Amino acid sequence: MSKFKTSDGKTLYGLMAEFDSPEKLIRACEAASEAGLKRLGAYTPYPIEEVWEAIGHHRSKLPMIVLAGGLVGAIGGFALQYWASVEAYPLNVGGRPLNSWIAFIIPAFETTILCAAFAAVLGMFFLNGLPQPYHPAFNVERFAQASRDRYFLMVTTKDKNFEPTAVRRLLEGLDPTEVNEVED
Amino acid sequence: MADLPPDARMGKTPVVAPGHTPGSVTDKISEIVLTKTPRWWWVAFGISFLVMQALLVGLGYLVYKGIGIWGVNNPVGWGFAIINFVWWIGIGHAGTLISAILLLLRQDWRTSINRFAEAMTLFAVACAGIFPLIHVGRPWLAYWLMPYPNTMGLWPNFRSPLIWDVFAVSTYAAVSALFWYVGLIPDLATLRDRSRRQWKKIVYGFGAMGWRGHAAHWHNYEVAYLLLAGLATPLVVSVHTVVSFDFAVGQVPGWHATIFPPYFVAGAVFAGFAMVLTLAIPLRRAFGLQDFITLRHIQNMAKVMLTTGLIVGYGYFVEIFMAFYSGNQFEEFMILNRIQGPYKYHWWALLLCNILAPQFVWLRKVRSTPWMIFIVAMFVNVGMWLERFVIVVTSLSRDFLPSSWGTYSGTRWDWAIYVGTLGLFFSLLFLFVRFLPMISIFEMRTILPEAKDAGKKAKEAGG
Repeated sequence: MSKFKTSDGKTLYGLMAEFDSPEKLIRACEAASEAGLKRLGAYTPYPIEEVWEAIGHHRSKLPMIVLAGGLVGAIGGFALQYWASVEAYPLNVGGRPLNSWIAFIIPAFETTILCAAFAAVLGMFFLNGLPQPYHPAFNVERFAQASRDRYFLMVTTKDKNFEPTAVRRLLEGLDPTEVNEVED
Repeated sequence: MADLPPDARMGKTPVVAPGHTPGSVTDKISEIVLTKTPRWWWVAFGISFLVMQALLVGLGYLVYKGIGIWGVNNPVGWGFAIINFVWWIGIGHAGTLISAILLLLRQDWRTSINRFAEAMTLFAVACAGIFPLIHVGRPWLAYWLMPYPNTMGLWPNFRSPLIWDVFAVSTYAAVSALFWYVGLIPDLATLRDRSRRQWKKIVYGFGAMGWRGHAAHWHNYEVAYLLLAGLATPLVVSVHTVVSFDFAVGQVPGWHATIFPPYFVAGAVFAGFAMVLTLAIPLRRAFGLQDFITLRHIQNMAKVMLTTGLIVGYGYFVEIFMAFYSGNQFEEFMILNRIQGPYKYHWWALLLCNILAPQFVWLRKVRSTPWMIFIVAMFVNVGMWLERFVIVVTSLSRDFLPSSWGTYSGTRWDWAIYVGTLGLFFSLLFLFVRFLPMISIFEMRTILPEAKDAGKKAKEAGG
């Protein structure tokens, strides 16, 4: 809960500026970072790498999660076949070795892909905090345009340099179409 | 809406008609889903749904009576069920190729066709999956194929290609569904934000899971999407390879060949692109999407179809060559039997459909006329079904011992179930184009000039 209030007395979550071009958003992100603001939310209708760089990027942890998923799938898939064919139910088919590892590569390959793919999707959800049924950003009516052709920058009250009038003055100086208060 | 003029240099036809902005692309595609259902949709869906009843009746009678209602018997134990399985699963491959391999190769023309090609993959795999399950004879025990601890103490034989198939096809179905859903999330958010009815907002909102388009989310999203594409690429190649192992690991003449895996994969892509063209050409007209699915897309797909068709033709040639080069009398007999045996009409028809028909794509006139490509694609659809028929039936009906020879033809129940899966496929497809965006909206925004230059302009402005 922030100590700041909106103009109609509700708890303030942050201030959101709307832009009509990606260039303006990129410039705004850079300006806000330079002003010492850190908790920036930049919202775009499609991925724009420069925006992500402008709000202070960090490497995604996802590749490591996917690697872990793939290793679990590979080892687990092979172990399952080894255990079933050598330990649990040894079956002599035409004198072939019980540990027919060449044949086992094929299902193990499939389980590798399966587990890595699930790791990629579930890992992406986890890192992005999805599913998230509620977020204050949706309280701004204009925010529906973020999934069409508008670009938004939000500065939240969680930022320790947040100060409503100064932030509003900064955002309004960046050629936005609108600056809105975001209710918590 | 008219087609874009076919440029003399074909590659220069744009992938999106000029003048579109992120807003207009969003409106155009989401409008198809959010406005009133067109009358033709009810007719098309109604017919598909009616045809699907043949599947339900066929499956009902099959469960009641058993697989004796089919034409399979000794020596031909693999009839329509396997032919249809291979045909459907092959069709699915084009969807993954478009969505994964062309993404990795940075072919941005894939953007307007990948969504519905992926949907086609899912529905084709759903149709394919029915056949092995009912072919086991007692479909209610089909879960015995999965390795799970059971009171009988039994485990599957992992040396068998049929078990490899269980793993390959179920992984393929799962990964295709994941890939498709991940691609849909930002578009579901668009539909959530643009629906006017509350219940639609809730339904699409559930699917979108609270997607907001935060820059950091987009970054993880893109990494996930790229990794999924990287995983799906070897997967799709492995699936039809494993399907070909079902044949190639067996010792029946005409099956036991090392050319099978590459030849099957090429055949799958060939059949799949034919099916994508079969769907894309009428759909873009029905929904007026010529701005997004341009002549360039149709031409590129036709060229892929021609190329893979030539690889398939090479496969046929190698089969014939190896039969004689091997010096094996059973292999030689198998080829002569295909050419002049009881199924010779199937074989010659398959050459007509798969080898001769695609050659018309060499002509620029054919390439720039969608309905002509549509006809070629229909030939390929039929030809690839015949190919599987020839592979399965000619080899089994004439094996090593003349005393055990037989003949095979599908019964009316075989046909009912096959035609019924076409009904299921088209029913699902029409539901999809009505309720979900058939073109990826957010990816279309990224290929517009406005988006492409965004970063560049910002850097210049910043000095």
